[in-house]
Amino acid sequence: MSVLIFLESADSQIKKSSLEALVYGRNIAAQSGGSVFALVVGEASNLSLAGNFGAQKVFQIKDSRFDQPDAQAFAEAIADVSNQNGVNTVVLAKSSLTDSITAKLAFILQATAATNVVSLPDFSKGFEVKRSIFTGKAFELVNITSSKKVVSIKKNAVEVSEAQAAGEVVPFTPNLSSKAFSIKSISNEKTTGEVLLSDAEIVVSGGRGLKGPENWGLITDMAKVLGAATGCSKPVSDLHWRPHHEHVGQTGIKVSPNLYFAVGISGAIQHVAGISSSKVIVAINKDADAPIFKVATYGIVGDAFEILPKLTAALKAVQ
Amino acid sequence: MNILVCISSVPDTTSKISFSDNDTKFVSAGITYIIGPYDDYALARAIELKEAAGSGNVTVIHVGEADSEPVIRKALAIGADDAVRINAKATDGYFVAEQIANYAKSKNFDLILMGRESIDYNSGLVHGLVGELLNMPSISPVMKLEVNGNEATMDREIEGGKETVKANLPLVLGCQEPIAEWKIPSMRGIMSARTKPLNVVEPSIKESGISFSKYELPAPRTNCKMISDSNIGELVTLLKTESKVI
Ligand SMILES: Cc1cc2nc3c(=O)[nH]c(=O)nc-3n(C[C@H](O)[C@H](O)[C@H](O)COP(=O)(O)OP(=O)(O)OC[C@H]3O[C@@H](n4cnc5c(N)ncnc54)[C@H](O)[C@@H]3O)c2cc1C
Ligand SMILES: Nc1ncnc2c1ncn2[C@@H]1O[C@H](COP(=O)(O)O)[C@@H](O)[C@H]1O
Repeated sequence: MSVLIFLESADSQIKKSSLEALVYGRNIAAQSGGSVFALVVGEASNLSLAGNFGAQKVFQIKDSRFDQPDAQAFAEAIADVSNQNGVNTVVLAKSSLTDSITAKLAFILQATAATNVVSLPDFSKGFEVKRSIFTGKAFELVNITSSKKVVSIKKNAVEVSEAQAAGEVVPFTPNLSSKAFSIKSISNEKTTGEVLLSDAEIVVSGGRGLKGPENWGLITDMAKVLGAATGCSKPVSDLHWRPHHEHVGQTGIKVSPNLYFAVGISGAIQHVAGISSSKVIVAINKDADAPIFKVATYGIVGDAFEILPKLTAALKAVQ
Repeated sequence: MNILVCISSVPDTTSKISFSDNDTKFVSAGITYIIGPYDDYALARAIELKEAAGSGNVTVIHVGEADSEPVIRKALAIGADDAVRINAKATDGYFVAEQIANYAKSKNFDLILMGRESIDYNSGLVHGLVGELLNMPSISPVMKLEVNGNEATMDREIEGGKETVKANLPLVLGCQEPIAEWKIPSMRGIMSARTKPLNVVEPSIKESGISFSKYELPAPRTNCKMISDSNIGELVTLLKTESKVI
């Protein structure tokens, strides 16, 4: 069973979450004795990582039209590589981009897709994977029974480890239909150089307890020291203290970092739904009864305005 | 403007989730069902667009059994004109998409709006699949939607930001905030919803490439270790040496 892994890049770097997808795909290929192919679009300064993490062959598309994140074009390109190389399982890391590629890709390949997958397949049961459902409140085990499969994995679905393979880079020109790039891109606003929330190892989030946007320096200073992304609760983005793409939770971004700081966030069930797959949660809240302490790993009861500057200084000292 | 809005019926966001029968059945006792939050945004924007156009129709469609009719009536109370229920248990995104596409294919909708994802099954596949089945462009997640004649201008979320795009109708869109504010049904809306048409349609058959085995609950989180606010260094030490995350 040959596997193709789509490697997404941000700021001309293959994303960490894509390396997880690569390790995931490598594991499937090892079980079934197939090849490990990867596809990368555009330049990536860390392309050699693809080989280090197990890709035998890396197809590279260099076509500036792909600067526009057109899901149709990406889906057709991935399908084209798959069809030309006898691939029957495609692995993608969940992101804003892949979220809109997955269904289209599965349709073109006549495959079945499973999204939000958090475990490697159990081959003793066919191709049984665990999916996160009810926005992190539960899981379901499902079996993909079709011969072609598309798997979109959540962050931390596998332990990342290196495994050297050839990693031979070959240029690829996809056959695209007239549907590709038919949606006109007018403009885009993209933060560069910032850590992406959905991809971050560490996230520092602030809630209504921070009182106003003028106090966000406390959050961003600490995030900078940690190389972390910043997030917020829903009311904070509703009040326009922070942009909408920072809103974490049931109706916002779901994060799975190693470390999540919830500062001045009460821990409403809808917020917790978006952070429950974090490895470690630190809660800072002046109310000892705040529900966030029920899900936190470590907690400090106190005033964020006093704690954050001290914590930032202490973190700086150990970096 | 004729708009189809696809709504899921999902447990209220505060629901505690549990399972029975060896983790094969969802326990619905005590659960309040609501319109999926993202679908609710889609519905609100559909009604606004129809009102702004001064003419047209908003139809809601739901794939589900008879017990979800209160949720459909709520959508009618919020302002949809009529509703369709495909009379079948929604087993997975493929099945749902097939039913929606099958219903919509002969109806000439200008827009098919839905949520970016359902909050129960979270597949995020239905909009893309409906688009493919109907051979219409699909775009998700859409945070802003303006329609001018035959052309829609949209803001959609991309990795680390947003992109403004234009496309011609008809379109299938997965929606999310801040596309519109959730609408609350008015008293008049609630009264009129009782008499608005709710058609029940039998499903078409669809073979599935995915089968359900069982549910699982996450392992409970261990007790929170409390640290004094006068000893912040201890937190740093724990993060470094105990949990090794910094
Ligand atoms: C359908 C639905 C979907 C929703 N989706 C989401 C979602 O995706 N994400 C989300 O976040 N919310 C969501 N919500 C909203 C959610 O229910 C809560 O209202 C929200 O999470 C509360 O945000 P908060 O914790 O920032 O504010 P609050 O609840 O106001 O809490 C502020 C906290 O700050 C603490 N505090 C105050 N001052 C200080 C100080 N000086 N130092 C330290 N701590 C302090 C207080 O003790 C309190 O715990 C949703 C709600 C609904 C109905
Ligand atoms: N049973 C259903 N009936 C009608 N629409 C649905 C149903 N399930 C999901 N949808 C729509 O499809 C969107 C995406 O759902 P999903 O692909 O399951 O995450 C939802 O936000 C709804 O708008």
